[in-house]
Amino acid sequence: MGGIGRSVTRLEDPPLLRGQGRFAADIRFPGELHMRVVRSPIAHGRILEIDTADALDSPGVVAVWTGADVAEIPPIDFRQMRIPGLGDYRQPILAQGMVRYVGEPVAIVIADSPYAAEDAAELVFADIEELDPVMTAVQSPGEFAPGLTTEAGVVRKSYGDLPAAFAAAAHVFELELGVGRHTGVPMETRGAIGYWNADLNRLEMHGASKVPHANRLAIAKMLSLPPEQFHLFEGHVGGGFGIRGEVYPEDVLACLAALRLKRPVKWIEDRKEHLLAANHSRDQLHRLRAAVDANGVVLGIEDEFFVDQGGYVRTHASTVTDLTAGMLPGPYRVPAFAATGHIRLTNKTPAGTYRAPGRYEGTFVRERLMDHVADRLGLDRVEIRRRNLIPAEQIPFRRGLDALGTEVVYDSADFAGLLAKLEAGVDLPALEATLAARRAAGEKVGLGLAYFVEKSGLGPFDDVIITIAATGAVEIVTGAASVGQGVETVMAQVAASVLGVAHTDCTVVHGQTDRIARGMGAFASRVTVMTGAAVTMAAEKLKERLLAKAAQLLQGDRASITLDGCGIPLGELAAACAADDGTPALTAEASFTTDHMTYPYGVHLAVVRVDAETFGMVVERFVVAFDVGRSVNPMLVEGQIHGGAAQGIGGALFEEFIYSEDGQPLSASFADYLMPTLNEVPMVESLVLEDAPSPINPLGVKGAGEGGITAAGAAIASAIENAIQYRINIAQLPVTPARLRSMLQQASGS
Amino acid sequence: MKPAAFAYHRPETRAEALALLAEHGEEAKIIAGGQSLVPAMNFRLARPPILIDINAVPGLDGVREEAGQLVIGARTRHATFEKPVTAGPLGTLLARVAANIAHTPIRSRGSWGGSVSHADPASEWCCVTRGLEAELVAESATGRRSIPAADFFQTIFTTALRPDELLAEIRLPLFGPDWHCGFAEYARRAGDFALAMAVVACRVEGGVIREARVGLGGIASTPVTSPEAVAALLGQAPSPALFAAAGAAGAAATDPDGDIHASGEYRQDLVKAMIRRALVQAFA
Repeated sequence: MGGIGRSVTRLEDPPLLRGQGRFAADIRFPGELHMRVVRSPIAHGRILEIDTADALDSPGVVAVWTGADVAEIPPIDFRQMRIPGLGDYRQPILAQGMVRYVGEPVAIVIADSPYAAEDAAELVFADIEELDPVMTAVQSPGEFAPGLTTEAGVVRKSYGDLPAAFAAAAHVFELELGVGRHTGVPMETRGAIGYWNADLNRLEMHGASKVPHANRLAIAKMLSLPPEQFHLFEGHVGGGFGIRGEVYPEDVLACLAALRLKRPVKWIEDRKEHLLAANHSRDQLHRLRAAVDANGVVLGIEDEFFVDQGGYVRTHASTVTDLTAGMLPGPYRVPAFAATGHIRLTNKTPAGTYRAPGRYEGTFVRERLMDHVADRLGLDRVEIRRRNLIPAEQIPFRRGLDALGTEVVYDSADFAGLLAKLEAGVDLPALEATLAARRAAGEKVGLGLAYFVEKSGLGPFDDVIITIAATGAVEIVTGAASVGQGVETVMAQVAASVLGVAHTDCTVVHGQTDRIARGMGAFASRVTVMTGAAVTMAAEKLKERLLAKAAQLLQGDRASITLDGCGIPLGELAAACAADDGTPALTAEASFTTDHMTYPYGVHLAVVRVDAETFGMVVERFVVAFDVGRSVNPMLVEGQIHGGAAQGIGGALFEEFIYSEDGQPLSASFADYLMPTLNEVPMVESLVLEDAPSPINPLGVKGAGEGGITAAGAAIASAIENAIQYRINIAQLPVTPARLRSMLQQASGS
Repeated sequence: MKPAAFAYHRPETRAEALALLAEHGEEAKIIAGGQSLVPAMNFRLARPPILIDINAVPGLDGVREEAGQLVIGARTRHATFEKPVTAGPLGTLLARVAANIAHTPIRSRGSWGGSVSHADPASEWCCVTRGLEAELVAESATGRRSIPAADFFQTIFTTALRPDELLAEIRLPLFGPDWHCGFAEYARRAGDFALAMAVVACRVEGGVIREARVGLGGIASTPVTSPEAVAALLGQAPSPALFAAAGAAGAAATDPDGDIHASGEYRQDLVKAMIRRALVQAFA
């Protein structure tokens, strides 16, 4: 009942569907205060003075703090991928003398209502001497601070003999390819509620998400609190996508204010703030050279790319750059490769990870190259890919690169097999013929496809504690987090499969730092792999104990007894074991550790129609073939694919943070930052495969969180070129109607 | 995103509403559906010290036919027009236009009068009001006057309404069966502010267009008419070639502004396409 492989409905949903969810803004403490952040209106400047007098006199105001009031708090440190030299580029919680992007926090107002706080925030006047902003990562590095350039770091990765590859090449192609600045925009904006719990003599942060345990250590250290005196509590979370749940200035400020004032302090981000203050992402420009033989086989790729990091280096440090370089070769053999990624500071909102960080960009670059080679050599776009894929017999395949500090080893794959299944699944020859007939009749409609390799299941560990009560109720406590992806349901299904109970008898506790000592949270498509493995291990331990106890009680043979066939209720068996242990309930703990990620893969196929008069583009069909090793809940896997594809379409056609030359953000509301809606997203078709289960975890699963988005930009660009029959070369996302129009005009003019 | 402080009045009669307007004048802003005003207040782009909520005032809703005109009560919600409100070509046209206005929640709440009083040049009703040469009826404590659409829209977010005036009615010509009407717009996403839009109405007699009205929106500081497109149409028999020529003539005479979504040149292309499409729809 409800075990692995079943599309059971989500355990999380009843409160959400009944309007009983508890999101950050729903959390209220008696006597709470409200924090409003005063943000820089200037992209780059030196703070001369901040006048807070009028704000302090405003009704209901309790405190107004500027950088000087928090000068002792260190800047926000990195959570992962710290490479040397980045430390000087970290963000202070309130600007210290300089502002580096529009939206940077320069002061906070704390008042007895959100209205009073916002009214008073308008009265804080920051006198800022404007400096020239840097608005592109491509120009030569300038000065960030005395002795520091705007190039915070360079990531280099390579393997193979690149000079030999170019010497042997029949063709050398050079491409410049860019992915615009966009990001994950969760439906729930960020929020943080700092609460001084006087009874327990501890500070609490409610509204936590993604990585509560890591943030506990990080914020406690910044506030000079022992970690035992600081706990984080995750409620319902309305989407994460990599950006929500990192430590941001506002989280630390709300906690600091609660600690200093000994009153609850609530901060709820508004949408305009969100678009200015939460991590942006993507925004890369790649300059790529490829050595290709006469048959279209890529012999080598040399890629130099520039990452527009924005005003500071935030918690992800070099993560996006690292993943871009480490995952760029994808499913192809590419015998020689070198990537150089420049992390450059500009005067935009700081950037971090967003669903498929580095892979959305790298896949766009690599798959555009494949289309380009096919086009120039007169080869079919599927055939060019087939010729370059790593053959199944070379799996496991050591890529010769590392990513997120682990060696990249494709643990299981049948790349050609998946491509063949997709071709058969959509009847590609018939589809191509239909589209060709429509083009002959005057329509501009085309098909594109793009291959991707994802990564998932980042270690190093995940711990799980499972307890079975005398009632038979199973409680699973994990340090994973839920950003809405179905953690409770999936972990219950995994435990139910081992213990032979209904998944509805299992409750999953996550995101509470006072319930389990360590935890890794939810990112990088890791939870089903890592937490799922730990749940399996802990449940197996319990099953062994229970079976042994049943055998003892029944005086039977251990090997011939099953839990559901032994006739003793699970709760009674568990209670008997607990009595032996002298504990209130039967408990087992397990820790799954790994130093390798597991690599799901797939293909995106898009059919796009271009309007010849308006240059509008309509995605008519979007198909995702995705091998996830093993699907714990196929419905949730499909949901991940649909959501990812929608965001991928957004990044391909709509979403972009545009800045004026003087650094003013021009896309700071939903009127100008265009998220795709149901009208712009077709019903996504998914072909979920389980042909390549992972050999490196007990369940054989691979993470399904990101494969829905990874190749969307590449596939849509390919489809648009096909629709207009290769009169242009799409080198930049998003492909807006205005951009398409000017590309077509240039092409017809030349 | 909390509005600045404001005083709030909710009059229950038209006289009371007009008295409040007379008393507070420029300090006061009328709120009906609030679909433009409330976001602007939340962004603190608008800071009216006083709001006069007219939702409790009777007699501002609904449509009626009177002396060859469709009389639209200023507070009539956009959604009212999703189905034809009158049997002739105008009802069909308004239903086609309404489908382009934002999304269902906004259409359920936003009002025709609010839309034209707000005078966003990318508003569909503003385009229709100007393009079809509507009359706008304003009331104040001292009287009532009719303002032709040509005089009503002054510049972006600015109309001929005096601070003490309430827009009471919009009067559109009730086109007879010899009229052909069409509307087209292009927006990045369904429901977005259009990058360009066109409304057309043509009277055909003896197989030839004898009267024509063409309105354009989203391309200038106010909705505009296109005399050039009208000139191209008059005296001609409707045909695909004529529709394209009228589009080209209309577009050539515009000089749209550019923004982050579309350059002026691109908008000109869109004007051409939208006039053509509106005509194709009108004669389909």
